Amino acid sequence: MALPSPQPVDPVAGLSIDTRLVRGGTRRSHNRETSEALYLTSGFVYPDAETAEAAFAGPEEGWIYTRFGNPTTAMLEDRLALLEGAPAVRATATGMAAVFAALMASVKAGDRVVASRALFGSCHYVVSRILPRFGVETRLVDPGDLDQWRDALRPGAAAVLFETPSNPMIDLVDIAAVAELGHAAGARVIVDNVFATAIEQRPLAHGADVVVYSATKHIDGQGRCLGGAVLGDARFVVEDLQPFLRHTGPTLSPFNAWVFLKGLETLGLRMERHARSAGRIAGFLAEHPKVLDVRYPRLESHPQHAIARRQMRRGGAMLAVTLAGGKAAAFRFANALRLADISPNLGDAKTLIAHPATTTHANVAPEERARLGISDGTLRLSVGLEDADDLLADMEQALAVC
Amino acid sequence: MNDISSPPTGKTAAAGRTWRPATQLVRGGMARSGFDETSEALYLTSGFVYPDAASAEAAFANKLQRFVYSRFANPTVANFEERLRLIEGAEAVRATASGMAAVFAALMACVKGGDRVVASRALFGSCQYILGELLPRFGVETTFVDGEDLDQWRDALAPGAACVFFETPSNPGLALVDVQAVCDLAHAAGATVVVDNVFASPLLQKPLELGADVVVYSATKHIDGQGRCLGGAILGTKSFVEDKLQPFLRHTGPALSPFNAWVLLKGLETLPLRMDRHVASAERVARHFEGHPKLAAVRYPFLDSHPQAALARRQMKAGGSIVCFDVADGKDGAFRFLDALAMVDISNNLGDAKSLVTHPATTTHQRLTPEDRARQGIGPGLVRLSVGLEDVEDIIEDVSAALAAV
Repeated sequence: MALPSPQPVDPVAGLSIDTRLVRGGTRRSHNRETSEALYLTSGFVYPDAETAEAAFAGPEEGWIYTRFGNPTTAMLEDRLALLEGAPAVRATATGMAAVFAALMASVKAGDRVVASRALFGSCHYVVSRILPRFGVETRLVDPGDLDQWRDALRPGAAAVLFETPSNPMIDLVDIAAVAELGHAAGARVIVDNVFATAIEQRPLAHGADVVVYSATKHIDGQGRCLGGAVLGDARFVVEDLQPFLRHTGPTLSPFNAWVFLKGLETLGLRMERHARSAGRIAGFLAEHPKVLDVRYPRLESHPQHAIARRQMRRGGAMLAVTLAGGKAAAFRFANALRLADISPNLGDAKTLIAHPATTTHANVAPEERARLGISDGTLRLSVGLEDADDLLADMEQALAVC
Repeated sequence: MNDISSPPTGKTAAAGRTWRPATQLVRGGMARSGFDETSEALYLTSGFVYPDAASAEAAFANKLQRFVYSRFANPTVANFEERLRLIEGAEAVRATASGMAAVFAALMACVKGGDRVVASRALFGSCQYILGELLPRFGVETTFVDGEDLDQWRDALAPGAACVFFETPSNPGLALVDVQAVCDLAHAAGATVVVDNVFASPLLQKPLELGADVVVYSATKHIDGQGRCLGGAILGTKSFVEDKLQPFLRHTGPALSPFNAWVLLKGLETLPLRMDRHVASAERVARHFEGHPKLAAVRYPFLDSHPQAALARRQMKAGGSIVCFDVADGKDGAFRFLDALAMVDISNNLGDAKSLVTHPATTTHQRLTPEDRARQGIGPGLVRLSVGLEDVEDIIEDVSAALAAV
């Protein structure tokens, strides 16, 4: 298509991840700007009626309408695909829009979904409340139990959905093993990779078909904007996903896309710092007498430590800590922290802490919470980019009063 | 958890109910922070912090009205929502990432597998896809009717329906649906009536006052008005929005960016000025070119030649910003006209400060069969003109010169 659209620069084949994060997907306009331009436009103009006709008739080259594609959003998408090693990608308004679209593009009435029990609350709502209203049945299994996956998948399924590491208890799913079972059942395997990021874990390399992200978390990384992405093979993205997205409209704002595009430039640096600080804090907490349990993928005490070593590069930013003194101790600890904000978001430059039993998982029945390993003394910690020594000193003084 | 929006404080809260529309659009929904900013703040934040763990617990237990997460609600988005709610005169509202996200969410909140929708045939392409292809995959069937024909509505609604959906004036044919009459028929059938009011805007037509249950907008069009950001909104009763719509939106995530909400919020401040100009110029263009030898017809709701002119005058305050021409020489003539325009841009958007022109048969409605296009009044010579805010004499000169080239 002979549209005057920004052209990709900087071929990245052979370049390492850190370079791709800085240069991947960049398209420059005729102004030759250094930093990526923000195209705050809903529509696009055509030089003549023939070009407009061809744009609507042809394969999706050129820009028609920002709900279908936008130059800034496309730069983000290309950078994400290069990072993930995925053939195709679409950005969405939120991470939940990404999960919902990936599922809706995979199922129809009469189909079955098999999902991990350890799902984020809204994913749980989508598979157990919304999809059944439209004739789609869901079966939930304990994420670490391959026998349960095998049994649930035996009658066949259209889609498999899980998150690893899980929120908030850092349970892992053996991606390669479940992908194999999923494929034998005829299912499309969708992995929510938000806790690990593509820096630490590549689900597609372990056999998953589709990866979804809440870009709100580490991809933004500074708590500013909501967004999401769905990555997979070109046939899935072009034939199944794109019609759903373009007609039902959960479109990412190009403004948010620009923030994420620049966020990706520092993702490698940030994940390294997150993982190093989180590892130190996990080690410190695990030794503390007021702590019952710490869950962090790279702690040897993690029951799935071997899986973590196999499928994750490092441990990520997130850890779950359970205090001996139950809810009262957890509240005293959270309240006494000076450098961790009480907030249910995660993957921020700022260290954030949440008490799942009374916030993100307050609507989950106590028996189900227990099954997920969430006790009243459990806190979820999203370790930020502050100096780790400051964070450790803060934890120490807060533990002293709880 | 229910919708959490920060209540407007001080003067705004007390006065908002009695303000006239232009005042509501400049001041409605303002909730100033402790910095006492004059212009509305842009809250580019995904999360919110709590002073202590008990406050977080109370917020999640819905005992404390406050912002929790921007996917559920955000101060800037809430400000936009409240302003729009006031001007529409609706009980409740939710903003969405695009107009299509608003349409999809409104429909998904109304139906379940096994339900039936009755819709006007003259729908925007993506609405057609949702009703004709996507929902049937999930057990929801749609019967399409000619929107102007009340007998067809009556017959289609006779077996009952969960939802009625239509757009008036329609895109691009500018056919009207009698909102009040169809609402009466739909309610007798037990249906929730969803009206896409994007062509008229809340200033020219009030579907809720005519009996509709839910109004949806693409805010991308006149609400932004300057072609910058996508967005959408759904307005209706408190029970529909809180009980049915909000659970779908909060969990499936078509959230409006607070940045877009801020642009749309400032767009609302100039909406009355812009709509007055759009309408005056569009009506002028329609009257000026009616009877032009190169045009088989000019369509505009407030032209006496519009077959539903009486209905237009009953349910609309003015005819809107869109004028359609049937160029005499079919597709060739239409293309020569588009290509000869020196100022007006060829673009498939509408409701922009810039005048935009579209040839629906080869772009927005290319997917339809020629018979379906004919049935919706989309002939090969049809051209849709979105009349912008340029001086109307410049628009008329550009159109005149281009018609001379046909």
